[in-house]
Amino acid sequence: MHDNEHASHHHEESFIRKYIFSLDHKTIGKQFLIYGLIMFFVGGGLALMFRWQLAYPERPVPIIGASPQYLEDGEVVTGADKMWERIYESEEEEWLEANMPNGVIEPAFYNMLFTMHATIMVFFVVVPILVGAFGNFLIPLMIGTRDMAFPILNMLSFWLAVLAAIIMAIGFFVPGGHAAAGWTGYAPLSSDPQWTGVEWGQNLWAISLLIQGFSSLVGSINYITTIINMRAPGMTLFRMPLVIWSLFIVAILLLLAFPVLSSALALLIFDRLAGTTFFTATAEGGGDPLLWQHLFWFFGHPEVYILILPGMGIASELVPVFSRKPIFGYRSMVYAMIAIAFLGWIVWGHHMFQSGMQPVLGSAFMTTTMLIAVPSAIKTFNWLGTMFKGSIRFTSPMLHAIAFVSMFVIGGLSGIYMANTPVDIFIHDTYYIVAHIHYVVFGGSLFAIFGGIIFWFPKMYGRYMNDVLNKIHFWLTFVAFNCTFFPMHILGVGGHMRRISNPMQYEFLQGFEGMNIFITMSAFTLGAAQLILVFNFFWSMSRGKVAEKNPWHVNTLEWEAPTPVPHGNFVGQVPTVYRGPYEYSVPGEESDWIPQAQPEHAHATGGD
Amino acid sequence: MEHATTLEHTEDIYEPSLTPDSLGKLGMWIFLVGDTMSFGALLAVYAAVRVGAGAIGWVPPSEILGINLTAFMTFLLICSSVTMVKALESIQNGNVSRMCTFLGLTIAGGVIFLGLQVYEWSALIKHGLTLTEIPHHGLSGAAISGSTLFGPAFYTITGFHGLHVTGGVIYLIVILIHGLRGRYTAEFNHEVEIVGLYWHFVDLIWIMVFTFIYLL
Repeated sequence: MHDNEHASHHHEESFIRKYIFSLDHKTIGKQFLIYGLIMFFVGGGLALMFRWQLAYPERPVPIIGASPQYLEDGEVVTGADKMWERIYESEEEEWLEANMPNGVIEPAFYNMLFTMHATIMVFFVVVPILVGAFGNFLIPLMIGTRDMAFPILNMLSFWLAVLAAIIMAIGFFVPGGHAAAGWTGYAPLSSDPQWTGVEWGQNLWAISLLIQGFSSLVGSINYITTIINMRAPGMTLFRMPLVIWSLFIVAILLLLAFPVLSSALALLIFDRLAGTTFFTATAEGGGDPLLWQHLFWFFGHPEVYILILPGMGIASELVPVFSRKPIFGYRSMVYAMIAIAFLGWIVWGHHMFQSGMQPVLGSAFMTTTMLIAVPSAIKTFNWLGTMFKGSIRFTSPMLHAIAFVSMFVIGGLSGIYMANTPVDIFIHDTYYIVAHIHYVVFGGSLFAIFGGIIFWFPKMYGRYMNDVLNKIHFWLTFVAFNCTFFPMHILGVGGHMRRISNPMQYEFLQGFEGMNIFITMSAFTLGAAQLILVFNFFWSMSRGKVAEKNPWHVNTLEWEAPTPVPHGNFVGQVPTVYRGPYEYSVPGEESDWIPQAQPEHAHATGGD
Repeated sequence: MEHATTLEHTEDIYEPSLTPDSLGKLGMWIFLVGDTMSFGALLAVYAAVRVGAGAIGWVPPSEILGINLTAFMTFLLICSSVTMVKALESIQNGNVSRMCTFLGLTIAGGVIFLGLQVYEWSALIKHGLTLTEIPHHGLSGAAISGSTLFGPAFYTITGFHGLHVTGGVIYLIVILIHGLRGRYTAEFNHEVEIVGLYWHFVDLIWIMVFTFIYLL
């Protein structure tokens, strides 16, 4: 086991070794978390900019846009006016001059904004936080081992992700602007610069995602090896906490899905730089834009389960802890996740119903898609069954978990509705789709992320987050989230296309102006509410109330480790596991929780 | 504060491991599964553009690609897999110098393969197979016409495999240096086994590439 001996030696490490190029899974997890939170604000800021445009088309965005006086008679009033004055006088920044004159968002710039919003949120926020941060922090602690299987690869995974983020950021400053073909990068928009006018932006987009793919590949190898080979004694597969199951399954999905995108991205780069025509139909070569869609969605649909499964795992941890009841149907939870992950591979065509598809094939994809409702419903009812007659404690993490379950139900139901091919003819490419994805990824994944951050914060930093701020953040987020995204269902059914920069140019959409303004105001509230979370996060790191070792009375192994968790995680031997992770309120027991590592208990079970 | 905790402990006990002799072995297997997906995607693209060429047509590979040379390259790569097996067998019997000899032979196989691939590529480029065009005349001398994606598909897939071989040769050289310094013994040799896994995988992929790109 010579690979395994790194953990035991304790020695002083330099600042760089300890906090920057760290090999410790906990530090890498925290690095991913902060990385994700920073990118969360970049992605969110882009969204607020285009939301402004949708509510008030062709008016300068606040703060960086020019003042009305400047627009009317050229009088410099604000700092932003000065900036625009300087931009017009200089020969540089011509792209900005053409695409965002005076801070008014032009259509091409709008395309860039929504493309980058989605790209950043999917690849640089939700995956790094759910998989990178929670995966790294929780896996070794919860399965009872001292570190990841390959600490150096783990560090490499984080720094590759940083490199990808830097390359993605550079794209904003190259001539021609950043990628503007949508986060799905549909060919020929993405494969030929003449359609979007984007030159290096799109190339950097592809290169950055290629690097992010390597980062994911390295990370998933690490997770799978660790979970298979390094579990504490007694930690059988069916005694693993559900969040570990979800991360395990997600690592497998990432391993199998991302290389497909990487191959497609490489071909896209050849199309753009070497003059090949894989994704463009030409008279000499053939080639097919649909090929890109198939490759992208073959990756892309497993990807959406990569975004939601760890959220489900986190909810499955929080709900039993704060209901003080065992999870309802542990094994069915595991099998449901496996079923979702498997079905995720054979449904990619439902993104392409309107791309031209044989009707029989469409029906097949429709059927497999609707089948996913079965395991999803199993999970939902299990969460409800866990809460049913529990002594629920409405702590902040629990509120987020309940929000996760309820928002996931709304997002899931609209998913079933959309999966019907006849319905999709009508609502494809409308705001209905936008509403659905945000109910699942914001209402689902992000609420789980918030809940998870608050729940594990005491283990990460040894302190509680401020609960009053957490409650304010939760309620503001919950209300503003629903006000932002629920009306989008109505917009969608009303025929409001997604990805149009100015809805007011269509007569039939002019009636939606009020609703668009309402959505934008809610979105700004939603964005502002996140400042509370981030302030609370950084403030509590040093000022929060000091937490005890196991503040929420949780059974799983991470709470056996001292706080703050030392290098090597556990004092003495790694703990031995005697039972499943959810033995709360066991009849006949004095305590309402029995930690997995507590030996003197007669009837240890296999987990369910 | 956290340094106050002493972390002295004896050897930890874990649940039975799938690969008890080394974590790296499982890690390599998992990597190879992921890599299979990237090759799988490229081969699927090849199938799609070849079938999708439709009326434009697809030139039979034997009209452009020299099968004889590639058959020899395939043979060479299979031989290098055999020497890889021999290298592992030698070190498992504790024979370090024999292992180094066989590792050297494996590396030689890889290097000659790469050299032949460079020769093949330059000959094809001279013949007119580029990323945007195909040659006007086939090897038989007859005029040929078909999809210009022949070149990009061919170069992408064989190039991607060539990158893997290059990586493998570097990896083998590292292991050989370790071997020459006496790192491996009859008991401690899983690193040789792991590089072997990778090498056999690259070999297996080549057989797929050879079948789909050259023969079919």
